[in-house]
Amino acid sequence: MKDGATRDGYGESLLSLDDRVVVLDSGVSDSTRTKKFGEKFPDRFFNMGICEADMVCTAAGLATTGKVAFATSFACFLLGRSMDQILVSLAYSNTNVKLVGTHAGISVGEDGPTAQMIVDLAYTRAIPNMTVLQPADWEEAFQATQALVDHQGPVYMRLGRGKVKGLYDSSYKFQIGKGHTLKQGKDLVIFATGIMVQESLKAVEQISDLDITVVNISSLKPLDTDLIIEQVKKNGAVITAEDHNRIGGLGDAVAEFLMESGLSVPFKKIAVNDTFAETGSAGQLFEKYGLSANHIVEAIKATVAKKK
Amino acid sequence: MNNSQLLESEIIELEQTARELRRKSLKIIHEAGSGHPGGSLSAADILAALFFGGILKYDPSNPKDPGRDRFLLSKGHATGLLYSTLSMAGFFPDRYLSGYRKINSEIFLSGHPHPKTPGVEIAAGSLGQGLSVAHGIALGARLDGLDYKVYVVLGDGELQEGQIWEAAMSAVKFKSNNLVAIVDNNKVAQDNITKDLKDLEPLEDKWKSFGWETQRIDGHNMEEIMTALQQEPHPEKPRVIIADTIKGKGVSFMEGQIGWHGVAPSDEKLEEALKELQ
Repeated sequence: MKDGATRDGYGESLLSLDDRVVVLDSGVSDSTRTKKFGEKFPDRFFNMGICEADMVCTAAGLATTGKVAFATSFACFLLGRSMDQILVSLAYSNTNVKLVGTHAGISVGEDGPTAQMIVDLAYTRAIPNMTVLQPADWEEAFQATQALVDHQGPVYMRLGRGKVKGLYDSSYKFQIGKGHTLKQGKDLVIFATGIMVQESLKAVEQISDLDITVVNISSLKPLDTDLIIEQVKKNGAVITAEDHNRIGGLGDAVAEFLMESGLSVPFKKIAVNDTFAETGSAGQLFEKYGLSANHIVEAIKATVAKKK
Repeated sequence: MNNSQLLESEIIELEQTARELRRKSLKIIHEAGSGHPGGSLSAADILAALFFGGILKYDPSNPKDPGRDRFLLSKGHATGLLYSTLSMAGFFPDRYLSGYRKINSEIFLSGHPHPKTPGVEIAAGSLGQGLSVAHGIALGARLDGLDYKVYVVLGDGELQEGQIWEAAMSAVKFKSNNLVAIVDNNKVAQDNITKDLKDLEPLEDKWKSFGWETQRIDGHNMEEIMTALQQEPHPEKPRVIIADTIKGKGVSFMEGQIGWHGVAPSDEKLEEALKELQ
């Protein structure tokens, strides 16, 4: 199991793909890890300069010629500067463009709120035709990138800046639309995504008197509703955990599904509490803004206590 | 013969085709009860030259032929003209045009372009995106070793979008000489004369300073249009043709008027317009 940032898994995986793949970046290829692809395959790499809107539409044009176009930048700018382009040239046109946003969430740290993308899951989940993914470790990012090549249609893949502990080895098989149970318990289920999978596992280690289930939701759209129902029935209490604003992300996706399913259980969201964070290390920000393992431990106790 | 290497009779035929496209555009906008007549009429000569003057290589029986030239209408509101042109070019039967802007029509003929319509490459309707998309296609052509060209028609108001100039820089960076942009410079936007909204001039200087091979023509002079479109590509520069046009061209009460951007003509006004376009 390989420790490393999800962006590193992405960059490494790009090198393994076939020649239908083209990669675009907007002047941050060293940070997004597309630079190696550019060095290895200069003809299929387009560093567009700092122009995310132009990059996204250029990717759409390339896709209409049969290419699988990966358009990459920091999540903040990739989505923030090209929402309209994503709607018209990607989603409505259903072009085969894979948007890859790195440095998502407040875990990006010291660069502060202008670099901390916390609304991207809300943005992208709301777009028809769009698939939304967030791998949890290096290996899953590596495999998800490969899976995108044979997937037809627009995708947003959300990646992180910081190193995370390896959860998977090559025997794992990532599938779009599938969640994965990392630890099976019976008292409460945590549906976590991205870096919060690691944080949730840390929290669970601190609890000895409860048997907690941890599920990695790396596919936010489509959502693995079969697995969610199964685990909610087995556990009877739910926490969702995401490094994203509490509006429009994983918590809302799970909650709306549970409401429509008629499953009523104690429920708690771990997410940024509809506020901008600030500068600081990822650890400090997680502590101050409610995302740390300590907060998850408190949430587990409080949520289990509400069970009848 | 003239500069366009076409016979006078061929030029006259293209002019007649453009007039027919204008009539068709107005008829379908009238029948739909909504649409954009002004910007359809201004670009009719340009589209007539591209589709019927032997410029675009296309096969309507094989609309996805990988070697086809690509045409994009970035000023996506001019679908009255676009669909009239595509049907005349054989992409779908004329009778389908009665489904323009109607729900559950026989083929997909939305108010703005979408690739479900035969002959349409990508959606448009939010201004400023078409030049970037066209450039992406141009890059794809080069990767595939295919020598087709990509033509994109831009509106003048659309040039106020910043993304146009991002794309202008990108196409020069990648030496995309298989990309041809045509500005339908009709000088009227939706709620204002373009110059009063935000002046684009000196427009040739702008494109030249961005590194484009630039020329300016009378966008209603068929010989000039054909001559410009027939030019061989520059060895490395993308090319822009600034076509000076008149919004509402051919219909006296629409020409240069702000009020005819997005309004369908009444029965009476249609009749009056069609008389002028005989």
